[in-house]
Amino acid sequence: MIERTPLLNIATHLILAFGLIMLLLPMYLVVVAASHSLQDVISVPPNLLPGDQLWVNLQEAWAKGHLGQRFVTTFIVAIGVMTGKVVLSCITAFGIVFFDHRLKMPIFWAIFITLMLPLEVRIVPTYAVAANAFLPFQTLLDLSGITWLVNAASGVQIKLEWNLLNSYAGLIMPLVATATGTFLYRQFFLTIPEELVEAAKMDGAGPLRFLWDVLIPLSRTNIAALATIMFVYAWNQYLWPLLVVTDQSYAMIAVELSRLVPKFSATGGEVPKWHIAMAGTVIVMGPPIVVVVFMQRWFVRGLINTDK
Amino acid sequence: MRRAYFKNNWVAALMVAPQLIIVFTFFYFPTSQALYWAFTLEQPWGGGNTWVGFDNFTAILSDSLYWASIWVSVVYAVGSTALAVGMALLLAIFADRQLAGYKLYKIGLIWPYAIAAPAVGLAFRFIFTPGAGLMMFVNQMFPHLWNPVDNGNQAMAMVIIAGAWKQVAYNFIFFLAGLQSIPRALIEAGAMDGARVLRRMRDIQLPLLAPTFFFVLVINITDSFTDSFGIVDTMTAGGPSRATNIMVYKIFNDGFQGLDYSGAAAQSIILMILVIALTFVQFRYIERKVHYT
Amino acid sequence: MANIAITDVRKSYAKTEVVHGVNLEITSGEFVVILGPSGCGKSTLLRMIAGLESITSGHIAIAGRVVNDLEPHERGCAMVFQNYALYPHMTVAENIGYGLKVAGMARAERAAKVAAVAASVGLTDYLDRRPGQLSGGQRQRVAMARAIVRAPAVFLFDEPLSNLDAKLRVQMRHEIRRIHNHIGATSVFVTHDQAEGMTLADRLVVMNKGVIEQVGTPEQIYHHPASVYVGGFIGSPAMNFLSGQVSARARAVVLADGALIDISAPLAMAHDGVLTQIGLRPEALGVVPAGKGTFDAVFDFAEELGPARLYHFQVEDLMLSVLSADKPGLEKGKPAGIRITPDAVHLFAAETGKRLVARGVMMEKELA
Repeated sequence: MIERTPLLNIATHLILAFGLIMLLLPMYLVVVAASHSLQDVISVPPNLLPGDQLWVNLQEAWAKGHLGQRFVTTFIVAIGVMTGKVVLSCITAFGIVFFDHRLKMPIFWAIFITLMLPLEVRIVPTYAVAANAFLPFQTLLDLSGITWLVNAASGVQIKLEWNLLNSYAGLIMPLVATATGTFLYRQFFLTIPEELVEAAKMDGAGPLRFLWDVLIPLSRTNIAALATIMFVYAWNQYLWPLLVVTDQSYAMIAVELSRLVPKFSATGGEVPKWHIAMAGTVIVMGPPIVVVVFMQRWFVRGLINTDK
Repeated sequence: MRRAYFKNNWVAALMVAPQLIIVFTFFYFPTSQALYWAFTLEQPWGGGNTWVGFDNFTAILSDSLYWASIWVSVVYAVGSTALAVGMALLLAIFADRQLAGYKLYKIGLIWPYAIAAPAVGLAFRFIFTPGAGLMMFVNQMFPHLWNPVDNGNQAMAMVIIAGAWKQVAYNFIFFLAGLQSIPRALIEAGAMDGARVLRRMRDIQLPLLAPTFFFVLVINITDSFTDSFGIVDTMTAGGPSRATNIMVYKIFNDGFQGLDYSGAAAQSIILMILVIALTFVQFRYIERKVHYT
Repeated sequence: MANIAITDVRKSYAKTEVVHGVNLEITSGEFVVILGPSGCGKSTLLRMIAGLESITSGHIAIAGRVVNDLEPHERGCAMVFQNYALYPHMTVAENIGYGLKVAGMARAERAAKVAAVAASVGLTDYLDRRPGQLSGGQRQRVAMARAIVRAPAVFLFDEPLSNLDAKLRVQMRHEIRRIHNHIGATSVFVTHDQAEGMTLADRLVVMNKGVIEQVGTPEQIYHHPASVYVGGFIGSPAMNFLSGQVSARARAVVLADGALIDISAPLAMAHDGVLTQIGLRPEALGVVPAGKGTFDAVFDFAEELGPARLYHFQVEDLMLSVLSADKPGLEKGKPAGIRITPDAVHLFAAETGKRLVARGVMMEKELA
């Protein structure tokens, strides 16, 4: 439009720049802190320019926090969650949209309800399940009297146990248990023209062929979007890994971060090694930021489609 | 209604089974377990649980510490939501004008979402710590002004700022998308009708953004009950003196440090009900407000 | 009421020029239709008049005042958009009155004006509804009412009828023309539908690829198309084109198979030897027994239109169609004679596509 609004344009830039500074400033300070020695970090007045200790601090944070190994673990978990979610949601949505049976709606609602309660709200009981993943099935068997029956008939006591604590399965599976991806796929599948399904049937393709040859290629953008969000989500997990993992070889990186600084204490305590902590923060932040910045389009698309 | 289906229902069963199993194992079963524990009490010397009815709930609801944590959670929810939503809306509506530097602003305002909660917590803890540079400097000028280690209100302010900071990016994404889904012809018609930029924002863009606004508002509130754990744990561990002891944190403490499973379960149930209620409100409200077309 | 003067206007997006030096004078109170296919620049031109697009070079003056730097609402124009662009969250009354509200008119006065305009377009019963509750035709009328109520000097229409079904489209055409006559504003109407252009326009402006091909009344354009493009674009069923060479000696255009089509002597003399495209409208042709017409063509098939039939023939390797109410007995694959109504031959230079005129002057475009 022709409109000439110089004053408003200046105001617009000021507001946006202010917002940008507000969002960038903390991280700038983090990077600056990561590049000084402890002395300079806690000095007063504060140092606002980067120092020269960045590489040194990064190395120390890496070593002290065993970040190398944590990187690998977290990476495995993130890929696992990402893949699990992408695959599982896809086939589930497929089963809901392209078939017609009485249970279709109940199943959909059953999965949809999981959207309402994220993991943090059910940590206590979920932990118990992680301690024994077969507990649900054991309970079912117990409640239905089958255990008793089998015991009476053959003297064999059924006791199923599968301990998921301190394992990749324990880290990955509960995170896969919500409906976010399924919703995304379902919405997308509903927009596939029905003629496509009918044409496939005419061509003699069964449901699985249709899924593999037609649906999945068409869903490429959605898959990319979902994968991006899930990767970032899994990478940043804090509470769940904190609970489920005591064996340090399975520790995840966000949890490790909190160990770099002593717990908040009302009595003061020792001076935290801020420079190392900030260096660690920089390392931990790295991969998700790279993913978000380079996959920005998919990331935004994924967020909007999963939550709406 | 879809007309074109595949006939083979066994394939369908196979397709949905994995997710259903996982959802059952890790969602429904734990939820029912929580219910079970909430209504029973574990025997001190083993031997299962005894039914105690609503005793656990009454115990909790008469615990002033519990109400304190509810209050804390509410303060946090309101504070961080107001800050995050307000800021994001302002930024989005001006970013939408797509002046020079649009792409830069967009990326710059989106990436903070990628940062893990504990990283945010740690970063802000550092920035606000009275024991290091920035705040120590402030304290030298105004002695004893800033000390979140002692001052519960300041600790809360710190946590709210950190939480809001993290949420702004997320909200910004949604608001920007909402604004961009308003057909450009409407803006042009407004211009033809004589409305200038600010007037158009007020009369056309904001009203049409209302559904997105309410959606984001409710998501923020709901998320503030759940997402906040990472920030609180790294920044204040619920202190000082439980000034930032949000509900999720209390559950974590009671359940895993205090080993009070029944109490923690009861608290979880209450939290679940709260979150479900909020989600319901979101769905009903959105339903009503959304459809102009 | 205002006249519009468009002088040497160009529009570029980055390095690409999409409107190349357009000149047009629109007199006050005229109903001008800008006609052309998608991408020809007609909407861009309209939006430059409105102020929704900037003018890269040249200038546009409304009522004698150059408006290049004026904001949309300062130009005295009102616009009806293709998809109506009604504010979905406002009622019909609020939609219509919005421009007045922005201008600061008092509520009572506004309500009175809105009521009056709503009555003139038959929307009185719908004032409290929202656009989402209206049909396509009703929304269209709201869009028009919104434009009318501001009593603009210039009315701009951006393909407003494309989203309506055929019957409604014809109805709305009459409505629009009636409102124009009643209000007397200057109207600029953009469309790709040649029938719409022909029925609505006082004057027609045919555009193609960013330039104006011809300006004239519908009759002028129909009977004297200035180029192959205009000839082929206007009129349905479309004009036929054959190739031939002018021969002054034969006082005719010679077709590939040797058949001759007579033309006037001055014309033949002026363009002796020129390779041409011969434009023949289907309704100017007739079917006669083989050998009895101007030239012969092989019959292919016929389309039944109701009041007449469209007969399709093959000449050389081109298709030719003849519109006729007669019922000659024709067999597929067999030749028949084609008779041409006198003076119905349009000659265009094969190289430039422009119309050939006697006196050796190539007619480019008419400015009224």
